Amino acid sequence: MSDVTFYIIETIIKASLVVLILSAIAGFTTYFERKVLAFMQRRKGPMHVGPHGLLQIAADGIKLFTKEDIVPAQSIKPIFKIAPIITAATAFIAMAAVPFFPPFELFGRTIHPIVADVNVGILFVLGVGAVGLYGPLLAGMASNNKWGMLGAARTTVQFVSYEVVSGLSILAPIMIVGSLSLVEMNNYQSGGLLSWLIFKQPIAFLLFLIAGYAETNRTPFDLLEHEAEIINGYGTEYSGMRWGMFFIGEYANMFTVAFLVSLVFLGGWNDFYFIPGAIAIILKVLFLMFLFLWTRAAWPHIRPDQIMWMMWKVLMPLAIVNIFITGLVIL
Amino acid sequence: MFELVAFYLFAFLTIGSFVTTVKTRQPLYALTSLAAGMIFISAFFFMLDADFMGVVQIVVYTGAVLALYAFGMMFFDSSSLIKEKQRPASTVFILGTMIALVIVSMLVAPIAADHFQGAYPPIEGEGNVENIGYILFTKYLVPFELAAVMLLTAMIAGIVLASKHMNLKESE
Repeated sequence: MSDVTFYIIETIIKASLVVLILSAIAGFTTYFERKVLAFMQRRKGPMHVGPHGLLQIAADGIKLFTKEDIVPAQSIKPIFKIAPIITAATAFIAMAAVPFFPPFELFGRTIHPIVADVNVGILFVLGVGAVGLYGPLLAGMASNNKWGMLGAARTTVQFVSYEVVSGLSILAPIMIVGSLSLVEMNNYQSGGLLSWLIFKQPIAFLLFLIAGYAETNRTPFDLLEHEAEIINGYGTEYSGMRWGMFFIGEYANMFTVAFLVSLVFLGGWNDFYFIPGAIAIILKVLFLMFLFLWTRAAWPHIRPDQIMWMMWKVLMPLAIVNIFITGLVIL
Repeated sequence: MFELVAFYLFAFLTIGSFVTTVKTRQPLYALTSLAAGMIFISAFFFMLDADFMGVVQIVVYTGAVLALYAFGMMFFDSSSLIKEKQRPASTVFILGTMIALVIVSMLVAPIAADHFQGAYPPIEGEGNVENIGYILFTKYLVPFELAAVMLLTAMIAGIVLASKHMNLKESE
């Protein structure tokens, strides 16, 4: 088999594996989320469908696929239909530059578990992840609904707030490593626990995690679909699978952020004492996902003016001071 | 072969989206196709192995067009069409053709010349980001720093203007 043929087949297999596995995991995470939230609130969560409610995912899937697909008569139809696809597609496109696992040997060839190894990986993931917010924005503006419009306005607020913090906070680790490639970032931390960047850059880690929560609109920052204030924000008019695609996009984005944080700050897929690298990164990602749910159970929603206040007047100066100190130390 | 397919695909997509931006009377179509066109352009940078420029194209224009959306939300009702003022078609036609001719001749000039060499040829063995960094921080250091200072000033001014009344209590 020639190299070109192999390359084409390899890329197609990798891309479809990423999409299939992660959309399946995204479905499973909804079950995981309901269970974790339930236990934290001293409830039992879904119990009736299957053992311990395990088949609830299948039931939800059947419901989403068979529900009537309603497009409001007064909406701007093409944009209304394309908005959920933007969210889901960009979530998976961003994953193209994420190196999920360490390279391994298969059929005598070294396989790199990354779809496209661009050497500016970290910027690509952040940039394409940011494009994902066009989904909620377009959905809210196209659905001709007051709550949708408010959700779209809040999307803009969220975007202009978190984007600057995520960009500036990731700058300090980039300065230390001296590369924008996620593989390089991972290799920099190959010297065991103490070489992890979280110990050199604790502030950047916290800031990036907060910005990541805002990017995936998880609970302290889920102001664009806040049920108690604006019904469901951008998703008010959506039903069935179109709404499900927003959901898959959100969960896929959570996994992207979790992989990004593990790769940049938590040692990536390097071997951790006796744990092999591939399992180490799965454990890290699972812990970060649990942290997402824990935060959701522990913290209330915040208001749009509070997120702007926090991002621009507290976190952004903090990130700049962090960069300044990092620069001084490197000099 | 891949590059050829990708080039024609993205060329048609880019031109199609920008034509939509110009021709449509629906503000939401115009903004969306503008954003789409800007992001499709980044594909050409990736094809030229200029990964950094490609990503910068995505990051910058995502934010820039999003700001346009914010203004669009304030000034237009996105569910209705815009009435455009029709200027004399001949003026638009002549101006458009002249600008297009000037830009195309500027871009084609290096190809038509028989001897063509970049003012700052890329350093062999260095990555894309490093090459941009060398040029930016040696030859173009002063413009770069000036732009940075201007952006910082604008940002601080924006925060001051926006946060004037943020500290008011809820009861007031």
